[in-house]
Amino acid sequence: MIPLSWYLLFAAALFGIGLYGALARRNAVAILMGIELMLNAVNLNLLAFWRYLAPAQMNGQVFAAVLLAVAAAETAVGLSLVISIYRLRKTVLPEEMDLMRG
Amino acid sequence: MTLEQILFLVFALIGLGLALASVTMRNLVRSAFALIGCLFAVAALFAMLDASLFVVAQVAVYVGAIATLIVLVVMLTRLEQQERIPQTHRYWPAAALLAAVIVAGVAWGLWQYGFFDQTPPALPAADPIVELGRALVDPEKFLIPFEAVSVLLLSALIGAVLVAGGANKKERTE
Repeated sequence: MIPLSWYLLFAAALFGIGLYGALARRNAVAILMGIELMLNAVNLNLLAFWRYLAPAQMNGQVFAAVLLAVAAAETAVGLSLVISIYRLRKTVLPEEMDLMRG
Repeated sequence: MTLEQILFLVFALIGLGLALASVTMRNLVRSAFALIGCLFAVAALFAMLDASLFVVAQVAVYVGAIATLIVLVVMLTRLEQQERIPQTHRYWPAAALLAAVIVAGVAWGLWQYGFFDQTPPALPAADPIVELGRALVDPEKFLIPFEAVSVLLLSALIGAVLVAGGANKKERTE
């Protein structure tokens, strides 16, 4: 059988890659993609802990389902913000979104 | 090494490779396709965890969402901007360092905590999907969080439409 740590290591690596993508990319859409990767890693962790530590209880699966819905809501709102900013400033680069800089 | 472990390693390597590709590639459309592949690999790992509902949800929700993302990328980013300007800003080594430190920290913590040889207990006799469905509509268990999530989704939907569509109301009426 697969040890639990394999899942956790994979999820940690996926989270790290997503974090790098979210922090280092210049494009707002690419940043959202990095955040998707991070949320996916967290979901994998939740399901792995559910399966290995408490498969008889549904807490882990419910938590993962809630996370899935929250991730979908986050993507929808994030993309609509990107569209809105593009309409105003004709850019998707966060460094050019300096409307509120003093 | 059992077949299951080999399958896990194959899907994990595919997933990590595509994730790396998706955060490093210059062309954002390719990057989005790599992300789709990565999410499929994660769905395969969900299947290995006996979470069948989440395999379907992953493919339906994420791949649907990412397909929309690709369309947006095509619409919003000018091609010459993708090819000439660097895709990362000048602080990217700090981001890479932070990510590497977090991964190394988690690996060290796993080593300390001794999760390395934990194997899964047998699944209970009841089907997890049936149990999950019952738990979601049981007032004693998760009915309130379930309803809260549906309210959250609805408000996010309305908010998204308002934010994305509200900006050009003036243009439309003119």
